[in-house]
Amino acid sequence: MAARLPVIVFALVMAAIPHLPLMPPFWIVLLDNIGLSALVAMGLVLLTGVGGLTSFGQAAFCGFGAYTTAVLTTVYGISPWLTLPASLLVSGIAAVLLGLVTVRLSGHYLPLGTIAWGLGLFYLFGKLEFLGRNDGISGIPPLAIGSFKMIDPGTIYYAIWFSVLACALLTMNLLDSRTGRAIRALRRGHIAAEAFGVQTPRAKLIVFIYAAVLAGLSGWLYAHFQRAANPTPFGAQAGIEYLFVAVVGGAGYVWGGVLGAAIVVILKEVLQSYLPYLLHGEGQLETIVFGILLVGLLQLAPAGVWPWLMSWLPRKSERKRPDTSLALPARARAAGAPSVLLRIDHARKQFGGVIAVNDVSFDVRVREIVALIGPNGAGKSTTFNLITGVLTASSGTISVLGKKLANAPPQEVVKLGISRTFQHVKLVPDMSVLENVAIGAHLRGNAGALASMFRLDRPDEARLLAEAARQIERVGLSKEIDQPAGSLSLGQQRIVEIARALCVDPMLLLLDEPAAGLRHMEKQRLAALLRQLRDGGMSVLLVEHDMGFVMDLADRVVVLDFGTKIAEGTPAAIKTDPEVIKAYLGAAA
Amino acid sequence: MTIMLFLIQDGITNGAIYALLGLALVLVFAVTRVILIPQGEFVTYGALTYASLSAGQMPGTARLALAMGAVAFLLDLIAARRSLGFRLVARAFAVNVVLPAIVLALAMWSAAHHAGVAVNIALSLAIVAAVGVFLYRIAFQPLAHTSVLVLLIASVGCHLAMQGLGLLFFGAEGQRGPPIVDAAFSAGSLRFTGQSLGVYAITVAFIIGLWLLFGFTLYGKALRATAVNRLGARLAGIRTSLSGQIAFLLASLIGAISGILIVPITTLYYDTGFLIGLKGFIAAIIGGLVSYPLTAVAALLVGTVEAFSSFYASNFKEVIVFTLLIPVLLLRSLAAPAVEEEKD
Repeated sequence: MAARLPVIVFALVMAAIPHLPLMPPFWIVLLDNIGLSALVAMGLVLLTGVGGLTSFGQAAFCGFGAYTTAVLTTVYGISPWLTLPASLLVSGIAAVLLGLVTVRLSGHYLPLGTIAWGLGLFYLFGKLEFLGRNDGISGIPPLAIGSFKMIDPGTIYYAIWFSVLACALLTMNLLDSRTGRAIRALRRGHIAAEAFGVQTPRAKLIVFIYAAVLAGLSGWLYAHFQRAANPTPFGAQAGIEYLFVAVVGGAGYVWGGVLGAAIVVILKEVLQSYLPYLLHGEGQLETIVFGILLVGLLQLAPAGVWPWLMSWLPRKSERKRPDTSLALPARARAAGAPSVLLRIDHARKQFGGVIAVNDVSFDVRVREIVALIGPNGAGKSTTFNLITGVLTASSGTISVLGKKLANAPPQEVVKLGISRTFQHVKLVPDMSVLENVAIGAHLRGNAGALASMFRLDRPDEARLLAEAARQIERVGLSKEIDQPAGSLSLGQQRIVEIARALCVDPMLLLLDEPAAGLRHMEKQRLAALLRQLRDGGMSVLLVEHDMGFVMDLADRVVVLDFGTKIAEGTPAAIKTDPEVIKAYLGAAA
Repeated sequence: MTIMLFLIQDGITNGAIYALLGLALVLVFAVTRVILIPQGEFVTYGALTYASLSAGQMPGTARLALAMGAVAFLLDLIAARRSLGFRLVARAFAVNVVLPAIVLALAMWSAAHHAGVAVNIALSLAIVAAVGVFLYRIAFQPLAHTSVLVLLIASVGCHLAMQGLGLLFFGAEGQRGPPIVDAAFSAGSLRFTGQSLGVYAITVAFIIGLWLLFGFTLYGKALRATAVNRLGARLAGIRTSLSGQIAFLLASLIGAISGILIVPITTLYYDTGFLIGLKGFIAAIIGGLVSYPLTAVAALLVGTVEAFSSFYASNFKEVIVFTLLIPVLLLRSLAAPAVEEEKD
């Protein structure tokens, strides 16, 4: 409840503002505009700042919301309250259609794609007969409760700000959940999230739809506030401005959207009303100054104003420790299962003319630690990527418990109980250790986006966090549980990755250079942990360069050189194998 | 059939301009990661500066160049405040203040004395080039380490400011400039003006030039290296801020040249550049923001589609041109499912 206190205070202040004596009605109009803009910006915060999908087209979704209610209320005489779900639905459906195309775009194509359909839709709104072409639709009825009509800016103010606050709460709830973690992991690339079962295209589509529905809500409110709808406020310029709002406020922060809206709307208003007096100029002086101020602001605070403000406040108290007595059901392990857990049979991977993995075969048995060693470029990480489905094999088969994987995607491989860490650490640096590790348990929860928004996911969520906390304790990082993962040393981040992989409740753990960057004592602790895991029934396949660590720990060693397996055997046998010595030290003179 | 030929010719002429702009966008993005929305303003600035000078008026852009130079000079001083020497200050002063001041003086002289077409073109190019370089120095160089998104927003900010300034300098009325070449000849039913042939020739020359520069010279490779990895490029001894300024210099020159080429053919307004730039942009995107030849081909396609749709469905011309982009983007994404890791 304490965490919600600032929100409650904010809500009370906003509720009191229209009742203040001598409140100029013009300010209320400004606040209305801020609220409308904040709604769209909040969607963008989620889409762009958190999810990493830049959209210039949000204004078009406002257009869908506004035009839907405009047509339904003026032509069919339907009550505005009934058109609300219709408006949200139309924006949502538009988002599904555009999103299916757009979220598949990679990198810079995505923002450019949104500009394209943003402009296309704007011109379409202005050309369609039933939307009134460029003149738009006027005479939209006001919102009304019984005989009370929300005609003046002071009454619709409540509808707007109620929506802003409700959406802010829903958005924060969503971010602080299983789906939210998946969304927050998107910006850092797909591979890590997909390795733990996150369907990244689906997660992207969810944020895309969510942002569009918020924009649609803003459009619906706008239509009943202005009581008219024409294409201008839904064009490219507006779309760009919403993105400004989000970036200026702080694109990664829900309240950054609200703050950004306040800054941009007030700045524009001040510039429009006072500049002409100051400079006696003509033309678009305000856009000149606005543009310059924007660039200046970005140079001062590239991450936005909200995080810059927050850095002045004392650090927030730590979040509640998860109750570790809650448990998730363990993976069903068939009794009397075959002793070979993972079989790699003539796996081959070619990149053009380069053969990275050349017909490699080896097994990993149950309760066994196998080390995969070899000089740099030997194909060890590529082998990992073949097993986990990040890459598809050119030929050969990989089977788990006798079942062929047949190039299953990473999300399917992890379901079989194979989890991994990465050679280059792939954590979300601004998420806490706990949240990062909880991504590992993604598949063991089932609460969806809607349940999370309305906090119906709490029992599910508590179990996931409990599991994450248990694994963090197991690897010995309990003290760092609330730290942002990015603030840990590289060695500790590797351990966090192991905890995340353990959250899968794996049968096989794939570790890519887990000991790199660890100090001597930490290595010993890691070796002890891995032995303990093996004795508990888990298999471990690890890539490592620290020979002392490997020879001490592994039950068996597989040696690769230039993509080819050159030796396999016990550590003692490998140490004296002439081929291995040649590969590592060069041919004897 | 004749209509068809006319439309194709029209499309190719427009497309050639889009190709030039697309090339500039690719160039700037490849070196600085900035998606250059103000490219359209370079076009209008170039065109309207040339038109103003030709009409014997003093263009405000010349003063803008000097003012921006002064700001750039101050920024240079602040950046080097710990190691200020006479040589450094003198050099910064010469480049940032003296040079645009000379250009301003020449522009005033030219406006008063009705200098010839060649002088006006040279002056317009110099003014816009100065604006371009200083724009990078002032707005983008301090942001060079940030994400593509922040650079993009800053780019939009620059576009707004420059468009507003364009209205201030040139007014809301459109202008036309005198043609550069008067010659014309006919082939069959088609009439080729010298102006449109000039457009083709310059476009082809730029495409080949840029392709050679980036593909085959050490300098071009250094510029590309800057885009891929700033830190790595710096460690290899490349001056990354200079690379950015060169990219903006080339982009603003290309923009100004496009503007000067089209202002005798069509009337340009202070805000025309944005839409023209956007279409160059579509071409650049189809070229994947990396390929020069592909960008040029795409630009011709955009120009032709525009010509045809403005003839057959003029109401939906813009809708068609911009919607054209989506399947292309989709194809490109599918063709190269780039693994984007470790970005940000």
